[in-house]
Amino acid sequence: MIAFTVNGQRVEFDGATDTPLLWVLRDHLRLTGTKFSCGLGLCGACIVHVDGRAAVSCRVPVQSLSGRTVTTIEGLAGSEGNLHAVQQAWLEHDVAQCGYCQSGQVMATVDFLDRYPQPTDADIDANMSSVLCRCGTYVRIRKAIHRAAEIARAEGNHGSD
Amino acid sequence: MDQINRSRRQILIAGATLSGALVMGVPAIRFANAEIAEGTGGERQIGFFVEIGRDGRVVIGSNQPEIGQGVRTALPMLVAEELDVEWSNVSIRQMPLGIVKTADGYTWKYGGQGVGGSTGLTSNWDFMREVGATARHQLIRAAAARLNVPAESCRTRPGYVLCDATGGEIAYGDLIEDAARLEIPEEVPPLKAMRDYRIVGTRRNTVDARDLVTGKAKYGLDTAQPDMRYAVIARSPTLNGKPRSFDDTAARKVDGVLDVFEIQGPAPGDPYIILASGVAIVATSTWAAIKGREALVVDWDAGPNAGDSSDKFWQQNEAMLESTGQVVTDDGDFETAMGSADTIVERRYQVPFVSHQPMEPQNCYAHVTNEHCHVIAPTQTPSGASRAAAAVTGLPRENIRVDMTRVGGGFGRRLSNDYVAEATMISKQSGLPIQLVWTRDDDVRNDFYRPGGLHEIRAGVDGEGAVTAWTQRLASGSKHYRRPNVLDENLWKAELYPDDFPRRFVDNFRLEYFHNTIGLPRGSWRAPAHTANAFVIQSFLDELAHETGQDPLQLRLQLLGEARELEYSGHGGPTFNPGRLTKLLKFIAERIEYNKKREPGRGIGIAAHFTFGGYAAHAMEVSVRADGEFRIERIVAAIDCGLAVHPNAVEAQLQGATVDGISTALGQEITVQDGQVQQSNFHDYPLARIGNIPGVFEAHILPYDDTPTGVGEIGIPPVAPALTNAIFAASGVRIRRLPIGDQLKEAMAG
Repeated sequence: MIAFTVNGQRVEFDGATDTPLLWVLRDHLRLTGTKFSCGLGLCGACIVHVDGRAAVSCRVPVQSLSGRTVTTIEGLAGSEGNLHAVQQAWLEHDVAQCGYCQSGQVMATVDFLDRYPQPTDADIDANMSSVLCRCGTYVRIRKAIHRAAEIARAEGNHGSD
Repeated sequence: MDQINRSRRQILIAGATLSGALVMGVPAIRFANAEIAEGTGGERQIGFFVEIGRDGRVVIGSNQPEIGQGVRTALPMLVAEELDVEWSNVSIRQMPLGIVKTADGYTWKYGGQGVGGSTGLTSNWDFMREVGATARHQLIRAAAARLNVPAESCRTRPGYVLCDATGGEIAYGDLIEDAARLEIPEEVPPLKAMRDYRIVGTRRNTVDARDLVTGKAKYGLDTAQPDMRYAVIARSPTLNGKPRSFDDTAARKVDGVLDVFEIQGPAPGDPYIILASGVAIVATSTWAAIKGREALVVDWDAGPNAGDSSDKFWQQNEAMLESTGQVVTDDGDFETAMGSADTIVERRYQVPFVSHQPMEPQNCYAHVTNEHCHVIAPTQTPSGASRAAAAVTGLPRENIRVDMTRVGGGFGRRLSNDYVAEATMISKQSGLPIQLVWTRDDDVRNDFYRPGGLHEIRAGVDGEGAVTAWTQRLASGSKHYRRPNVLDENLWKAELYPDDFPRRFVDNFRLEYFHNTIGLPRGSWRAPAHTANAFVIQSFLDELAHETGQDPLQLRLQLLGEARELEYSGHGGPTFNPGRLTKLLKFIAERIEYNKKREPGRGIGIAAHFTFGGYAAHAMEVSVRADGEFRIERIVAAIDCGLAVHPNAVEAQLQGATVDGISTALGQEITVQDGQVQQSNFHDYPLARIGNIPGVFEAHILPYDDTPTGVGEIGIPPVAPALTNAIFAASGVRIRRLPIGDQLKEAMAG
């Protein structure tokens, strides 16, 4: 049995140890906000955070997660439903079309802005090009990333979390 | 039309629910029998278009599939506009497929349902406004009766009926019981004039925006039903192959695998119900099903297409163009005009097979019992899903319930319901409620691909630079291959559209078709053959301009000429006005500073197209390095879709279609060797990435008149030619084969 934490809750999994985190989240925990798309870590639709860093959950076997902490899109907003700066920016720019890749885009951006709080377009190109969008929402994603950085800085200046 | 109108009137019957809300939608007799059927995810689902609560909250039913085009927002905007309510008081509920058995078949219960051909909005434009206006009129009549004044003396403001004579106003929520008792008159109340719109034409967020950024939005693959099991299919690596035998000993030992059995596809060459035979694995989880498939040993009969290859297909196309094909359009006297031309230019262009690849792979929930079938599917055509399930189960369609989920991308892939047929086959055989899941390699190797073809254009130009003769000759695999009831002599109709530019702009004009074949299934891919034809025609125009010493923009403007309405019998008719293209071309040229001298290695390309009722033009600025690396520096895109009902979504569609066009132009191609599709996932079938798309990207909506046209597809056809024309302007290298791939690097190195 493998025990780890998902969105602040302790979970235990006693199925096949090679089961990718993606399917543990989706089929067993019914956290379906994390999406299946390529299954080979090529598209980023299934990105979650493992110990605070972006990871493609289709390539993370559950056996590697013992004692670790996972955050999914469902766990990103604050406990009172306060949206994360990235989610706020995504809403402002109404980024999504079909929306299927957007959980991965948002989770990837949260990690990216943590590493590049004031990103340039070149930083975005270099770091966000691994997350694919078939609808082609990249124009708005770029704007939303810059906006999220602004919101995060403003929130930081006001001393809030 | 009469029949459609009658059915609309039948749909619009008002009543009250048990909870006291005013509802308008399905016949009133249904209201008493509870709040209709249970729906997806255990929610109650109600087939009403409008529901007004005592508190004034309004729920508007969305009858169409949402594939990312914004129809779940745009159609309710039409209802809310005419109903006259605050948009902030509106929420949206997805309606299921509604069909009713009639004496001679089936008819729609909630109006036609299905999204394809850019018709989601236009086909509901009148209907949805009438729904809203009718509901508003009922409330006005209820208020007038209560105040004892004529209905004509009442009007509304958002959420309230006002009576000028008495100075009173009554909230909608206080009128619902009275309104529910009134019969709906036959006559449709007058609709608003465009100048009075408060919601239509204004920028609104997608109704599901918050659910989409919090992971709450439910797609097909997110379906959860009691006792649901999971299924995958082992598919033949060769087109039209089938299992000769299989050994499931190891597969059945995988923990969680419940059942393994063959499913039967159509005979090669027959119309598709599903694509081909395979072996289904049913398990307690998706991962167990996938592992079961890995452990399964299948002896495949490679079938009749084992010798197919792309190389052979393209060689055959070349050979065909050396002969004479089926002349399908022949205006004027082409040969004589060509004989007297001062300059003749001839070029060939190659457009590959491409795949849809929506981010959500194909999937479907099905539960088949003796009497009923329940399907929950991400589909563009729920009625097709119902027919597919009926064909598999033999059940009458009124016993088949189809619920629609949000769809993780359509692009034409989900006009085909083969995956619904597969899911019902698996549920029927196993007796279990199952969710069929396609993996990405299933999706890449088993698609209804956009047909590939080799085009030749030859044109004659006179001494003044006027184009006097034009022929387009195409050898391709028609999209209508293996379609039922299509005669061979009509296969060309899916590939060449005679009403498109430049027929009627060049007097002596000929279209010629050669049907080639290969075992790849074919289907509609966003803006079908317009993508190929616009690439070819808009590239050739550029070449023609350069060959005859003319400016590419001026040549286009001269050919298009004055604004006028031309008859157009294809999708998006009945008319085509070239003046609207002229306006867009002039606009984008100005925005991108077309006439400004660029530094060496930089160039501008332009292109424009009309389809599905909409007009679009693109200008791109590209930089090319000495080693052939290139970069799109700037994009100006413009669309004329008549009245933009939901401008936020129109802009998004134009942005997305542009990226889609760039994706396909840069690197997408499906190839076949030994009868097998060579690509399998995003590493060898690449999508454009954020780094491919410049930050300097303008998307403009140019308004025209007061009626909307289609939006979802027109944004894509001009993209590839604008890009390759820009590459030529920057480098002198002409790309005549898509995708661009490494051609520019090779040309610059050579």
